[in-house]
Amino acid sequence: MSLTGTPGPAPDHSAHPAPAHTAPPARALPGGGESHRHVLVAIVLNKPGVLNRVASLMRARNFNIETLAVSHTDQPEVSRMTITLRGDDVAIEQAAKQLYRLIDVLKVQDVTGEPTVEHEIALMKVRADERNRGEVLTIAEMHKARVVDLAAESLIVEATGTEAEVDALIALLRGFGIKELVRSGTVVMSRGAGSIEEAVKR
Amino acid sequence: MGTKEDDSGRTQTAATTTATASAAAPTASAAAGTSPAAAPGDGPPGAGGARGRRERINHMPGAGTARAEAISAGRREMLSDAHRNQIRSLAERGVKRPRIGADAICEAVLRQGVDVFFGYPGGVVLPFYDVLVDYPELRHILVRHEQGGAHAADGYARATGKVGVCLATSGPGATNLVTGIGNAMLDSIPIVAITGNVVGSLLGKDAFQEIDITGITLPCTKHNYLVRDPNDIPRVFAEAFHIARTGRPGPVHIDLTKDALMGVCSAEHPETVDLPGFKPTFEGHFRQIKLAAQEIARAERPVILAGHGVLIADATEELRELAEKAQIPVAHTLLGVSAIDETHPLSLGFVGMHGWKHVNRTIQSADLLIALGMRFDDRVTGHVPTFAPYARIVHVDIDPAEIGKNVAVEIPIVGDVKRVLMALLPQVEPVAPERRAAYLREIDEWRAESEQASWHGSGAWRNGQLSADYVVAKIGQASGHDATIVADVGQNQMWAARYAGFRRPKSHISSGGLGTMGFGLPAAMGAAIGRPDKETWAIVGDGGLQMTVQELMTLVQDNIPVKIALLDNHKLGMVRQWQELVYAGNYHSSHLLGPDWCKLAEAYGVAAFRATTPEEVEGAIAAARAVDGPALVHFVIAEQQNVFPMMPAGKGLSDLLEEQFEEPKQ
Repeated sequence: MSLTGTPGPAPDHSAHPAPAHTAPPARALPGGGESHRHVLVAIVLNKPGVLNRVASLMRARNFNIETLAVSHTDQPEVSRMTITLRGDDVAIEQAAKQLYRLIDVLKVQDVTGEPTVEHEIALMKVRADERNRGEVLTIAEMHKARVVDLAAESLIVEATGTEAEVDALIALLRGFGIKELVRSGTVVMSRGAGSIEEAVKR
Repeated sequence: MGTKEDDSGRTQTAATTTATASAAAPTASAAAGTSPAAAPGDGPPGAGGARGRRERINHMPGAGTARAEAISAGRREMLSDAHRNQIRSLAERGVKRPRIGADAICEAVLRQGVDVFFGYPGGVVLPFYDVLVDYPELRHILVRHEQGGAHAADGYARATGKVGVCLATSGPGATNLVTGIGNAMLDSIPIVAITGNVVGSLLGKDAFQEIDITGITLPCTKHNYLVRDPNDIPRVFAEAFHIARTGRPGPVHIDLTKDALMGVCSAEHPETVDLPGFKPTFEGHFRQIKLAAQEIARAERPVILAGHGVLIADATEELRELAEKAQIPVAHTLLGVSAIDETHPLSLGFVGMHGWKHVNRTIQSADLLIALGMRFDDRVTGHVPTFAPYARIVHVDIDPAEIGKNVAVEIPIVGDVKRVLMALLPQVEPVAPERRAAYLREIDEWRAESEQASWHGSGAWRNGQLSADYVVAKIGQASGHDATIVADVGQNQMWAARYAGFRRPKSHISSGGLGTMGFGLPAAMGAAIGRPDKETWAIVGDGGLQMTVQELMTLVQDNIPVKIALLDNHKLGMVRQWQELVYAGNYHSSHLLGPDWCKLAEAYGVAAFRATTPEEVEGAIAAARAVDGPALVHFVIAEQQNVFPMMPAGKGLSDLLEEQFEEPKQ
């Protein structure tokens, strides 16, 4: 056996006979599955620095947050985060478990695929003058969006809906020229009587 | 949208305003705004003349506001002794001085059963050092570098199972702790690291020795705190110790502003803690435990893989019972060394990258792997798709995030290893030794082969010089396999884990996850203080010792009887080994000069001995052991010796490189 050759010697599998009753080797790596969008709801203590802890953890563990929305809940000591991110099921489960390790995190739930109400709000400043204003207004109206500011050269459209609905409206208005765009990030709530906050109430 | 950051900003402003409102009132006019009544001759040179009196300009931003006054007061407080004189003069007059934040810290630490801590003073923690004299039962070890303090607290925690405490001042003192905190994080060691910070009103002003240390330690602690109010200290310390030692242990960092240390504290120490977000699972799920028992009953080639969790959970007895009841051989990870007496017939040995070949072969041919309190580190598994290819895996760990993180497992059990084993044991069918006879015989054959190849063939000499593994084995023998052996990082660490021979739980201490060179000496210091009833050896290399050598002086000042075995090959040995085997012999920066070690040790006042031949080894060890106090033995070992076997990077446990002996034995 050589010590210096960079490619090591061929693995000597004969030394490790397979027990007769088991199947041939195939140890799967965790997280080889298909990547898709997940929505996590985290109930956290309303303390200074909690947002930093969550963001820092996601960065350190190599999860890429797509949207993050934080707000108070009806309990003054508790805040709620809605995090959307992409990954396979195993990776997202790992993200949720890592979040649980934070002392200030009370509950984490992956609501992907559950019946939920999911919304975000977007404001778009769209280039529109007297020639095409009507067209923009029609598109906005058909998407149940509101015009909240009107100027000679532009107007601001306020849209609410799921990420996909907002994406669709943006795609349509892009043709007119979007001067500015801001999106709040998704907020989500499970349908029905169950409550994630109820579970952490004391 | 009200984010956390908004809240934090608002709270801080509010707190500052309230805290300083009363103090600001009497002096407000002195600093407020511009003063038209400037004294004559007070102006700048030449200010008299034709232009008449000038108005004085106050350069304090926002002068006159409560916030500006608070900052001015803070700057005065950073240097002031007024507060100190006030409380000390009370004491001199026989009046009980007020209890300040620093007192609350001492009380809290003592309440937690800690009687020793490792610290280094500095500007903002002086109020703490000022009251320390009133707590003679609290022993302070003055380290020579804050990193040494953190490692010593770490070594103390590992040797005793208690929480280790270290303390540093703000700025550089705090950043010097970070390596030690990171080391404790990766190895799940319960320490509480205390740092001072500038006066609260100066936070964010880049004041002298101010650094955002809670921002720095956030990703490498289990939890951290910034304390600005002395009345928070009792609660925060109770929580910090609870978090550090409960569930999967880890480091907790507490940063305290100088005014929190100095301010009067009236809060009582709480009996309980209220942490709604921290509820570790201790009991394993009964259904999972039942499944594990069924797996064990079915298995023909089971192996237990014992990790650090077995030692942390104090489950070594339960581990032995399980092994004996079901006749299962026990392998251990680097941090699992000493989880089982190595002379036990079912003890298999050290697994992984530099593990024994027979252990890795057993793992690779196993049909059931019972992983207890370990996390499938890449140094254990190698290339995961080829790891234990025939085995179903039962994985017991207290941290749910470890389940399925690195390796997909069949039967996860979240819980404390001890409690899970206690629940599992009655369900395990006893297995007669005959049923495993063929399996265990095969392992024994492999073991004989593996020991011949890895060590016993080489003897005490390597390339005409002393062989490191011989030295380590002799230290193990001389100390009756009962000493606490603390390794540094690199080749010395692998030799210590492989050859010292461990029989007592927690007798092996090593920096596993972070692999921190310089860990050995300070950690041994902490271990020796934690377990004065046991002999303590630090097995270190010449590279690592040069990183924290200054702690020799601490050993002398506090008469800490650490025996240091310096394995000196004038090399960064593991780097050199990789350069030889992976980087085609391109030895850049792995050769390093060292001082005359015996002279250096003697300069520090540490007794020193040297051994360069096998004949001298036992004598030098005996001489060091005979010293009442610290001692160093300088072993001049072979420069070219490698740690074998070795799993090349990216390869699996079946692909170990073994050593070939070309040289005749001398």
